[in-house]
Amino acid sequence: MAVTTSTPPQRGADPDVPADAAAAVRAASTGRVASRVFAGLSTGAGVLILVTLAAVAVFLVLEAWPALTASSEDLEAISWFNASSVAAYVGPLVFGTLLASVLALLLAVPVSIGIALFISHYAPRRLAQGLGYLIDLLAAIPSVVYGLWGALWLIGQLDPVFTWLSSTLGFVPLFEGYQAPAKNVLSASVVLAVMILPIITAVSREVFLQTPRLHEEASLALGATRWEMVRMAVLPFGRSGVISAAMLGLGRALGETMAVLMVISPGFLYSFFLLKPGQHQTIAANIASKFPESSGLSVSALIATGLALFVVTFAVNFAARWIIARRAEFSGAN
Amino acid sequence: MKLTSPTRFGAVALTGVLALTLAACSSTSSAEPGESTGTAGGGSATELSGSLAGAGASSQEKAVAGWIAGFNDTYPDVAVSYDAAGSGGGREQFLAGGVQFAGSDAALKPEELTKATERCFGGEALELPLYISPIAVVYNLKGVDAEHLQLSAATIAKIFNRDITSWDDPAIAAENPDVTLPSTAIIPVNRNDESGTTENFTEYLAAASDGAWPHEASGDWPLSGGQSGKGTQGMIDTVSGADGAIGYADASRAGDLGTVALKVGDEYVPFSAEAAAKVVDASPAAADATDKRLVVELDRTTTEKGAYPLVLVSYSIACSTYDSESDANNVKAYLSYVASPEGQERAADPSVAGSAPISDDLRTKVQAAIDAITVAS
Repeated sequence: MAVTTSTPPQRGADPDVPADAAAAVRAASTGRVASRVFAGLSTGAGVLILVTLAAVAVFLVLEAWPALTASSEDLEAISWFNASSVAAYVGPLVFGTLLASVLALLLAVPVSIGIALFISHYAPRRLAQGLGYLIDLLAAIPSVVYGLWGALWLIGQLDPVFTWLSSTLGFVPLFEGYQAPAKNVLSASVVLAVMILPIITAVSREVFLQTPRLHEEASLALGATRWEMVRMAVLPFGRSGVISAAMLGLGRALGETMAVLMVISPGFLYSFFLLKPGQHQTIAANIASKFPESSGLSVSALIATGLALFVVTFAVNFAARWIIARRAEFSGAN
Repeated sequence: MKLTSPTRFGAVALTGVLALTLAACSSTSSAEPGESTGTAGGGSATELSGSLAGAGASSQEKAVAGWIAGFNDTYPDVAVSYDAAGSGGGREQFLAGGVQFAGSDAALKPEELTKATERCFGGEALELPLYISPIAVVYNLKGVDAEHLQLSAATIAKIFNRDITSWDDPAIAAENPDVTLPSTAIIPVNRNDESGTTENFTEYLAAASDGAWPHEASGDWPLSGGQSGKGTQGMIDTVSGADGAIGYADASRAGDLGTVALKVGDEYVPFSAEAAAKVVDASPAAADATDKRLVVELDRTTTEKGAYPLVLVSYSIACSTYDSESDANNVKAYLSYVASPEGQERAADPSVAGSAPISDDLRTKVQAAIDAITVAS
């Protein structure tokens, strides 16, 4: 109705049409410039990230080159280099890094999903909001603070737990041979898990909140309980989102330095003894620990381990992309 | 201000003494008259200026920070810096001419000495043992109220080599007849970063344990698969964290932990500043030492009464000849301050570095070497 009433005055203003059109053209042309500038800026930003990535990769390769090509005698002359080639040195480090990160992920993901579901589907709205802020706040705590917390407080609290674990489940090699204080890979994983909890929770919460209302209401209307609704409507919808959240968390855990450095008693073994000290070390923590007293070839060797971490992180991210792409059909977001 | 004024007075008095000794020296040395008045002019402290750069061992870092602060009380116009780049890095920078002095836990190697002659404009390198720090064997053992457990180097070696695994082992009990030992498992803790403390500790074990320590001396711990901590603080935290743990650390940081009295001769000696300085005096000079290079071959197996052989000695390395007068004067004044009773006391303060002051005998030799610093003609 509003359209019909407004037509007569428009017709009456007919003579002004050319002027309006000119203004529109002008607006369109400035719009075109703005859009071109914006396109340029965003392309620039996109290129910049590629250039940065390439620069980092080139730097790592160039700096690591002397170590990669050094003879085994030269490498063995480095006091802490307990292997005959860079690959043999990096191997246990990559293993330790992956082990600590994967354990952290195993601990963090179920809890994160729980928190995210509570916030998105169970908690009263006001509480949910507060909790959401709190989770985001946790993500802002610097990792060195988590390291201090882990080293000075958590280790003491984990001691009785690990003692019990080792004495009752000690027949499982995983939990064999615990030695106090709890400076082992499992403690490091617990600290890492707490660190990556916020990011996984935050992303999962957003994904769960986007579950189509109709899906939820349909399942409730079919007589599903709240839990059944979550299981049938929310979780399948959010699966790929949760996976990418977990991968983000994994990325943070892989590169984490200070927390691991301060908690773990390092060692260079391929070992699944989670409670024994001196079995594992992560790449980032090892670099931080060795770098201050290094010079020359030993710096190159450390950078070579950094290159390995770079490659591992890349591989993990590609794997995550692949998983998400494969499961894309489940995602309502597409 | 009230606190600083006495030190100011001390510093001025010291400068006066310094000027006198330097003046006395310059008459015997072949230095030009102009140079000697320049140095003797140190009586009015503010005449020295410019910058003085050093680099080297991180073990000395805290002591050097204290020395720089104390030195600047007297010579506020000299900007002294110290880059704790590690002993090797410090020697490298010094030999390349990047810094005027270096700190090093190890003496210069023969090939470095040749380079040093070149760097020192035909002169010689000075190597002065100005930082002596006792290392304590620390333990955390509940239910033992003895002031110090008594252990021989051989027993300590077996503990750290995991041959002795329980605190009530007969070997430990035999050395501590008056102590009731619990059956707690021993948790040996080592440093997991390369460190001078580890190097001196393993050197002591290798030398004094009669073969009970099967590894060589090294800055990196030779065994794997044990508890460890990064840096002195990490070590102390780890030892504090478990009943039955034993480790080794800079003695000034032992805190509430128990410390071991080491078997020296037939006695057991707990660490102390005097005992640490004593072993340096009791140790012979290294084979190639001179009156400028006061390198000591630490006698870890000493039987000297009251000497504590588990010490870390870190050298201050400088040149006997510099090409600029200001470098020569600044190095001379700085090292004289470091060697002075005031400088040594400052570093000995537990809140600075907790090191052991050098003995007067050693000071006389060190001062003689410092006094011989000249300008290249």
